[in-house]
Amino acid sequence: MSDVPEAPGTSDAPVVPGAPAVPEVPAVPGVPAVPEAPAVPSVPALPDSPDSVAASEDGWRRLDRRTLLVTVVVMTGVVVGAGVPTGIGLSGALPPGEVFAWLLGGAVLLIGGGTGADYVRWRRTRYRMGPERAELHTGLFLVKRRSLARERIRTVDLTANLLLRLLGLVKVRIGTGEQTGGESTLELDPVTRAEGERLRTELLGRAPGAAGAPGEGMLAVLDPAWIRYAPLSFVPVALGGAGIGGLFQVADWFGVQNRAIHWAGDQFRGISPVWVVALIVGLAVATGLAGVVAALALWIEMWWNHRLEREPGGTLRVRRGLFTSRSISIEERRLRGVELVEPIGVRLVGAARVDAIATGLAQDDDAEEMDQKTLLPAAPRAVADAVAARILREPASPTSTVRLVPHPRAARARRLRWALSSVLLPLAVVAALGLLLTDVLVVIAAAGAVVLLPLAVLMALDAYRGLGHGLGGAYLVARSGTVRRTTVALQRGGVVGWTVRQSFFQRRTGLLTLTATTAAGGGAYHVYDTAEGEGLTFAAEAVPGLLEPFLIRERAAERPSGPGR
Amino acid sequence: MATGEGTRLRPPNNSLNERAIGWWRVQWLTLTVVVAGILAVLGALIAPARAWLLIPAAALAVLGLACTALIPVWWFRVHRWEVTEEAVYVRTGFFWQEWRIAPMSRIQTVDTVRGPLEQLFRLSTVIVTTASSKGAVRIGGLDHELAAELAERLTRITQATPGDAT
Repeated sequence: MSDVPEAPGTSDAPVVPGAPAVPEVPAVPGVPAVPEAPAVPSVPALPDSPDSVAASEDGWRRLDRRTLLVTVVVMTGVVVGAGVPTGIGLSGALPPGEVFAWLLGGAVLLIGGGTGADYVRWRRTRYRMGPERAELHTGLFLVKRRSLARERIRTVDLTANLLLRLLGLVKVRIGTGEQTGGESTLELDPVTRAEGERLRTELLGRAPGAAGAPGEGMLAVLDPAWIRYAPLSFVPVALGGAGIGGLFQVADWFGVQNRAIHWAGDQFRGISPVWVVALIVGLAVATGLAGVVAALALWIEMWWNHRLEREPGGTLRVRRGLFTSRSISIEERRLRGVELVEPIGVRLVGAARVDAIATGLAQDDDAEEMDQKTLLPAAPRAVADAVAARILREPASPTSTVRLVPHPRAARARRLRWALSSVLLPLAVVAALGLLLTDVLVVIAAAGAVVLLPLAVLMALDAYRGLGHGLGGAYLVARSGTVRRTTVALQRGGVVGWTVRQSFFQRRTGLLTLTATTAAGGGAYHVYDTAEGEGLTFAAEAVPGLLEPFLIRERAAERPSGPGR
Repeated sequence: MATGEGTRLRPPNNSLNERAIGWWRVQWLTLTVVVAGILAVLGALIAPARAWLLIPAAALAVLGLACTALIPVWWFRVHRWEVTEEAVYVRTGFFWQEWRIAPMSRIQTVDTVRGPLEQLFRLSTVIVTTASSKGAVRIGGLDHELAAELAERLTRITQATPGDAT
């Protein structure tokens, strides 16, 4: 709890060549000078010397000064990345000396401006971990002051990209259980690694349980062989496509896109169609291969050195990353269950990944934030179940032991109807157009029907087989999905309400969809198309006392007309 | 598998204020007038496409008027609510019927909202949120005095309940 004064930024700083990039005064034209304290009278004045980065007497600290170096490097990268194509583009129109002068001016302006702005940010940012609240003051004209009650802090995440890691720095995100996004997050960018670790243990370790309690220690360590699951997702396709798109984009920058296409067209002329087909197939294979390679590389960067451990005091911690290292801590008190996710490719080879259902995890749309909840990447199903059990401190994972009640046949009919109509309607349109215009479309529609109909039926049947729900100990288990099958094990105590939905068609076939709302994860977990009575009984049992008063339990009860108030 | 055969949710005890029918009617009517009106004005201005615009406008106007006449009455029969000591229970919708149950112990905030139209009809909407981002329960179309009283009662009960409701 005590704020031990230490000097982040000076203690274990590696010797950095070129460190003098830190200016004493922002001597950058166009960047406003730092206004003096009067702008924010209530902020405790900091000693002016930039060397006093250590905690002042009242516990206020600054970010690490080397953020300026990071900014210089990043801006230099931007300048090089933007400057080289611009230089090439301009070199045709202007004499080389003038081009160089323009580029140099732009580079100085960008690097200087960016660094100056970062200097101001650094000067104006301070944070304090008081006994009651964690506070962060930042901003130039509009001073933002955020303070979080210490007892409400739920997550402290550390990330460091390659540059930060070389400098021994980390970015710290301190979050509460709120789901309101950015407003309840403090971001310290950057502090030294030691300071980051100190903040993490200090902020999360306030309730140290018995050290060495059962279930602590390493829960899962990455097996490099799991990389075989990386190409089985949709990532390779997306990456391959993005690669091709990127090539065209680059060609477009240099104004040769049309030329490239024409060139390709010229090559095809006078070649037999067999070769054209072979070439197209070859191109597709090459794209696929490129996608696979990219997916493998992405997997290595994301998951390298992945460790999942339970720390004393009940915090789950995930550490991973090859270049960008990430440390994600989830307080166990915040955990409401786990989700076993099986995308179809991964499922076909018998693997699954484990996501946490926890309150207060970032819910941003950011792809990087999405991975925050993943505790274990795609791994063999048995391993995933074992890890899930260890995470939940259960002898066996509810996701594997609970016998799931299958859903009524009407649910299968519904899925078949959806599948058939989603295939037949577009094909019918194509066929109708074909009858009006050209026979080719009719042939295409027929071929599509031959290929797509069995596929749709298979998927519908698979989706139906996947449906199931059940209760196991303290957990409610629900499974659904075919392209992305999820098996949710949600703590029954974590359910904060029920929503029951019934469409007109569901009513006719005696089905309904149950939704357990919860403070954690996605906020709601569904049990699709259960039998009406059985589903309601299940919901009532899962959360005792909640649904019971609103149920009618006899057969063929006439619909009461409900007296007014 | 056969457990719970015949189990159903009973309708909540209370209906909304009858003025809600008028409130819904005005909403439907506004929608109809705006959509059909825009089409009609365009039809009047664009001579070549007149038939193509005026016929849909007329069709939408008829449909909208039918909705204005029928749907609010229908809704009034279906939309019901109930507050017990343990939970808030609301039923809405006809084609997509929905029952929402939020336990008192998990309620985080109780808001009363009155839009301009609702004020005209002296109605209020009570919105009860839980810790779930998807679990808000709305009771729209309550008499505004009743709504205020209800909100106060809910706030009192939830304040007396310990815990952070997650």
